[in-house]
Amino acid sequence: MPPVFGVFFDGIAYGMLLFLLSVGLSVTLGMMNFVNLAHCSFAMLGGYVTVTLMNAAGWPFLATLPVAFVAGAAASVLLERILFRRFYQASDLEQCLLTIGIVFVSIAGAAYIYGTDQQPLQLPSYLRGSLTFMGLNFAVYRLFLIAIALLITIVLVTGLEATRFGAQVRAAVNNQRMARGLGINVEALFATTFALGSGLAGLGGALAVAMVGLDPSFAFVYLIYVLIVVSVGGLGSIAGSFAAAMLLGVSDIAGKYYVPAIGSVLIYLVMIVLLMWRPAGLFGRR
Amino acid sequence: MSETALAARGLHKSFGSLVVASDINIELPAGVRYALIGPNGAGKTSLINLVTGMLQPDAGQILLGDNDITALSPELRVQRGLARTFQINSLFPHLTALESVMLAVCERRGVARTWWRRLPAYRHEIDEAYDILGALALASVCHRPTRELAYGQQRLLEIALALAMRPKVLLLDEPAAGVPRDESRELFAAIAGLSRDITVLFIEHDMELVFRFASRVIVLVGGRVMVEGTPQEIAADARVRAVYLGKATGRPERPRDD
Amino acid sequence: MATEAIAGPQDYLRDQIRWRWGEILFWFATLLPFVLAPSYLVLASQIAITALFALSLDLILGFCGIVSLGHAAYFGLGSYTAGLLSKWGWGEPLSGLLIAALAAGLFGYLTSFIVARFRHLALIMITLGLGLLLQEAANSASWLTGGSDGLQGIHTWPLLARFKFDLYGYTAYSYALAVLFVVFLGARRLIHSPFGLALRGIRENGQRMPAIGAPTHSHIRTIYTIAAAVAGLAGALLAQTTETVSLEALGFQRSADVLVMLILGGTGRLYGGLIGAAVYMIARDQFSGLNPQYWYFWIGLLLIAVVTLLPNGILGGLSLLTRRRKAAP
Repeated sequence: MPPVFGVFFDGIAYGMLLFLLSVGLSVTLGMMNFVNLAHCSFAMLGGYVTVTLMNAAGWPFLATLPVAFVAGAAASVLLERILFRRFYQASDLEQCLLTIGIVFVSIAGAAYIYGTDQQPLQLPSYLRGSLTFMGLNFAVYRLFLIAIALLITIVLVTGLEATRFGAQVRAAVNNQRMARGLGINVEALFATTFALGSGLAGLGGALAVAMVGLDPSFAFVYLIYVLIVVSVGGLGSIAGSFAAAMLLGVSDIAGKYYVPAIGSVLIYLVMIVLLMWRPAGLFGRR
Repeated sequence: MSETALAARGLHKSFGSLVVASDINIELPAGVRYALIGPNGAGKTSLINLVTGMLQPDAGQILLGDNDITALSPELRVQRGLARTFQINSLFPHLTALESVMLAVCERRGVARTWWRRLPAYRHEIDEAYDILGALALASVCHRPTRELAYGQQRLLEIALALAMRPKVLLLDEPAAGVPRDESRELFAAIAGLSRDITVLFIEHDMELVFRFASRVIVLVGGRVMVEGTPQEIAADARVRAVYLGKATGRPERPRDD
Repeated sequence: MATEAIAGPQDYLRDQIRWRWGEILFWFATLLPFVLAPSYLVLASQIAITALFALSLDLILGFCGIVSLGHAAYFGLGSYTAGLLSKWGWGEPLSGLLIAALAAGLFGYLTSFIVARFRHLALIMITLGLGLLLQEAANSASWLTGGSDGLQGIHTWPLLARFKFDLYGYTAYSYALAVLFVVFLGARRLIHSPFGLALRGIRENGQRMPAIGAPTHSHIRTIYTIAAAVAGLAGALLAQTTETVSLEALGFQRSADVLVMLILGGTGRLYGGLIGAAVYMIARDQFSGLNPQYWYFWIGLLLIAVVTLLPNGILGGLSLLTRRRKAAP
């Protein structure tokens, strides 16, 4: 089987995962300009919820996924209420530092409770192994990941285009002041969108465990990738996040496979070059 | 025949289907006071942004005196003598009034790059900044941080910053906007006191100001210049009245004295 | 009218920038470790070096509003330059210092063309990306940098050909403190100059600057280059006084730590970085037995607390107190 295909397929799957992890952050950043660096802490939470439910309580894998989503959403609602709300008008630096503080606390907390080792996860048998179709090998889990991500993308896009809630979100991302003037309760809208985005992050974290592993450093390592996707894709744009996630997923996997010497550096180079070409991101506006 | 201080030729700018400037041709002779009026959304601020370089035109030319400045960056245009104020105050909140104007003066004089001499040593710049503030009745508050100044004083500081550039052409974007009645006296005095060497174009909705200070008026509607003339001609123009639909106009026969 | 009008503002400005008693006391206090705590001189030299690094970040962050998550790149570059110079046979400290500062400054100059074009999230990402890029590159180029083992074989020659670097840290601390003081004087000059005023203008309202004829990008490039060179100086000092260089010199952890210190002390006040560095390093020394994860737990809480309760850091809080006391009858 040609390695190019394998690399491409893995890249797409990885990109889908990055998309799930990033889309929430892109929309909330675009809407409120609130730099939430703790976004991947919600993802990590989702991962640990799944692992705990499966290993300690014997839950089946698929059943843990909605719980991971809810965990991410609930945690974000809590933090938003208690802390974030007061910082919407604060400077970039203050928002950065506040949320970096939360990242530190979450990493330390995870290390304290679970230790620093990789968390073991046993996928159900129907998600293991690979399918052969037309002479090409497809890893089942990656297919599953791609399927879920595509499903969620469709839900998101139709939700955004076809529902009133979606229209309000688009308005608020486009021009917050005008949206307020039209009577849209931007704060409530943001709280809901934030919860949804963090829930998606939690789900992404749960799905990530079987693909890239889970340990306390997840909240930071994947934060970097998510930030790259968001800044390259453009704030507030689902299409942008999708495109950027695919681009980065494929170049990261391809880089590590074909040019391992600079493979890990490739993703940063790509980001810098893309940002220089389009400072507001591929689909961004400002 | 007076020399042309500022000219725009064939300016076009659109954002997709939204046209903010369509074939705009204006010529401002030196020393004349022009008012730019028009309904909201007519493109008045956009025109100023095009002229100052904050917006790039799709087509057209901008000339300052004899020089084509269309390709110049905003700061270069300022250095050639084109200054503006902003409709919504764009000041330096934590800098004092004196520091703000000094900064403008230092930038103009090209000394803003020097880092090895202390500020108090720059007596010329300090004097100049202080004089500018004095002329605008801000000398007594020159050491207060900008954010502590009254709104009317902040509007005056906007003008001070523009004047510090020793402009040949001054563009004022709604200088009286939001200024309460009791603070507007200094503002009106400042605008009246502007040197005759400076060509002034100001955007205003307050027709009293227009009649008091402008010798010519340009009416902008939907990104196009609808008509141009003296304030009396404009007030009498039926098309202008129709566009403004019941907007109060100051009557030219009886100028008000406060 | 002329003389009367001038006396006011000029004197006022002069009064604003004169040396305060607190400052003079501060610098005398830096001499105390020699007498009061000679066994802590090694720690003191570390604090002085970190304070210099924090000062360099304050120049771009506190005074110009440029949020950088990758400033350690220049620190590490200075470190490796000085280290490699020594390893390849030239261990003279002062010249090594200058060469390292030049190298870091050059890299800062080149990257400043990219950095000056961005604001907000894009800027944060660019600086983060550049830092991580350099970190990975240094990791890969282990033939040059020694990789995760670090640089070996550094030997610093005696300072001014007379003062040997001993285990007790007398020379190290004197050296680091002297460099810190000299650079501080330069920074203080810069802040109180027209250029310093321009930087504050950029921080306060970057959009307004072109409208007063200011070449904003040029100003940003200049201060970024200076800040990079100073960071390089600090890195070189570290390499020379500890005779080791490791990858963490240009790592994200170091960039994040210095940010914490600066916020703790208070940005845009010159002394904020110095005080923040001292508090942070002393605390870290006291809690050095603690598991590093737990340390970051408390630092995380501290960050949240500082940003929520004391956004202008320790110095900000102090100035608020003194203003309240003056206002109260």
